[in-house]
Amino acid sequence: MNKIKSLDDLKKMRAQAQTGINVREKSIDPASRVQVKVAMATCGIASGAKEIMDFFIEQLDRRSVEAVVTQTGCMGYCYAEPTIEVTLPGQEPVVFGDVDKKRADQIIEMYIKTGELVDGIIPVNYRTIDK
Amino acid sequence: MSKYKMHLLVCGGTGCRASASDAIVENLKKELNNQGLDESVQVIMTGCFGFCEKGPIVKVVPDNTFYTEVKPSDAKDLVEEHIIKGRKVERLLYKDPVKKVTVSDEEGMSFYKKQLRIALRNCGFINPENIEEYIARDGYMAIGQILSENTPEEVIEIIKASGLRGRGGAGFPTGLKWQLTRQTKSDQKYVVCNADEGDPGAFMDRSILEGDPHSVLEAMAICGYSIGADTGLIYIRAEYPLAISRLLTAIGQAREFGLLGKNILGSGFDFDIELKYGAGAFVCGEETALIHSMEGKRGEPSLKPPFPSVEGYLKKPTNVNNVETLANIPAIILKGHKWFSSIGTEKSKGTKVFALAGKINNVGLIEVPMGTTLREVIYEIGGGIKDGKKFKAVQTGGPSGGCLTEAHLDVPIDYENLLAAGSMMGSGGMIIMDEDNCMVSIAKYFLDFSVEESCGKCSPCRIGNKRLYELLDRITQGKAEFDDLARLKNLSEVIKDTSLCGLGQSSPNPVLSTLQYFREEYEAHIIDHKCPAGECKALMVYSILEEHCVGCTACARACPVGAISGERKLVHSIDQSICIKCGACFDKCKFDAVLVQ
Repeated sequence: MNKIKSLDDLKKMRAQAQTGINVREKSIDPASRVQVKVAMATCGIASGAKEIMDFFIEQLDRRSVEAVVTQTGCMGYCYAEPTIEVTLPGQEPVVFGDVDKKRADQIIEMYIKTGELVDGIIPVNYRTIDK
Repeated sequence: MSKYKMHLLVCGGTGCRASASDAIVENLKKELNNQGLDESVQVIMTGCFGFCEKGPIVKVVPDNTFYTEVKPSDAKDLVEEHIIKGRKVERLLYKDPVKKVTVSDEEGMSFYKKQLRIALRNCGFINPENIEEYIARDGYMAIGQILSENTPEEVIEIIKASGLRGRGGAGFPTGLKWQLTRQTKSDQKYVVCNADEGDPGAFMDRSILEGDPHSVLEAMAICGYSIGADTGLIYIRAEYPLAISRLLTAIGQAREFGLLGKNILGSGFDFDIELKYGAGAFVCGEETALIHSMEGKRGEPSLKPPFPSVEGYLKKPTNVNNVETLANIPAIILKGHKWFSSIGTEKSKGTKVFALAGKINNVGLIEVPMGTTLREVIYEIGGGIKDGKKFKAVQTGGPSGGCLTEAHLDVPIDYENLLAAGSMMGSGGMIIMDEDNCMVSIAKYFLDFSVEESCGKCSPCRIGNKRLYELLDRITQGKAEFDDLARLKNLSEVIKDTSLCGLGQSSPNPVLSTLQYFREEYEAHIIDHKCPAGECKALMVYSILEEHCVGCTACARACPVGAISGERKLVHSIDQSICIKCGACFDKCKFDAVLVQ
């Protein structure tokens, strides 16, 4: 290890070290970031939800989008797996169905980056006991 | 971007390690390896999460799932269910004892809701044995910033303006202490970190050193720069082996990175830190006694003045700060004194860490803004009293503090308010008592501690505390007379007024405060020979209710001293002269025939 010889060196070191704990930092205030939840129940996994989750993690990072990608349970849209729920900061969550890599790419480029809606939205019109 | 898409944070504090968190880490790694996930999921051992009641804790990020009471054998389920299938392992989630619902993250837990973590900011978040994780959290940026931008005087002004006061007990303004040490001219000065945490039930300093050692090292360097010292010493008790090993690792890494040693960050400022081990004597938390102990002398206090800021370690000016105080420093430098002084009350700024212990649901370590009320701490964060019993008192400030009652529950906690109520902040131990605790016994317990820990140098403390203890013992035995209450009070005041150091000046506090708030309990012991809480064994009488006794002989067989006599199917009786009041007969009897009075 080379010694840190100046404040600038320290700042460089910090930038490098931050990638190591990025996953943890993101968890602190998820509401301020783009949140992508991938439904990972049996049907989702069978339809390729794991690959889609990996795709989101890798691509969002590559395209420099600050996002938290997590997995969740069955959302109930078994006819449209893999399904994902995207929450932009300060907005209501939107659910997309039949997400393959092509649609995932569209979601990132259109909805996440510009807020423009794309095909595959599943309208959520049920109520939960919280409301 | 790191290759890991998920982190498993496992608590590595002393408490959780005692519950096999080492093995949890090992098993998680093994399971991940078996599933071929070791490349995408990272297991990290962190410092204390504070929620010791439900340890060991495993937290999964980024989805923020908080698992409690995890056993090494749960590793398989965590990996197969949570990580592979994406389903939370319900049985390991926290269940809110009041609302009876399962909570999966800290946001939903009342234990964390009211907390504000400054001193504990990195505990339970970073790996304390990896300096890079500390650096990623702006570690060593504060020392870097002041070395390039501020004069020592400016740093002292920042600390003064922040309103930070000593977290070890007395609450002396930290910036002023630094200024006094800076003003003394000398060829050599020292920065001392007081890690001799001695209050029964307090473990915040240990947790900070175990969970975030670099924050203390960085703060010591900042202090060294401000007062003009190139040497730091950490006085730590040898009975904190994990804290010592993490500190040594941290010091080694900081030296390797050039953040301790000569010419730090090319500024020309030199600073290095060594450890000094103490034998775990309570009095060595007092700064003059601590300094004598570091010099290899007896750990006895000496008269102040001269204060250590003028004549301390090896007769050189020495600045002594407590661990928690130091842990606040880097945050104050980076976020500014205005930010810090905006938190807390008028005279007590920032936050305070408390160790919750005793009859409370959520035993653990918490950090709240000054001015939070005892009620919020005990009922909201602490989750209320165990087993639905009634709250009786809370002891703050350890053996030097006092007991506060229900009437004080809405007092905002700060240095002044606690003193005014007859207790003190101390290092932040909080022992919660319920209706089953006898207040005379509590006072006796703390006195016993002070008698043990008195160094013996001055007679008020050495002899006076012993006599106080004997008086209390007589009361719990039911052998005291009414005038003993006046003697207790009088003797307590003499000890307070005439003792040499803080130990004797505060050791009668538990007696005085219980006498003030629970006088009727003392009187019940003396006049009625009864212990209302039913804790003082000598005052209990076990007898057999003739109408309930069926003569099963169970009690006679359970009695360890043969005090119970009686034939089969006939009524038994207890010989009071032999009975040792162990309660074995009471526990054994199935017919409620043993009466306790």
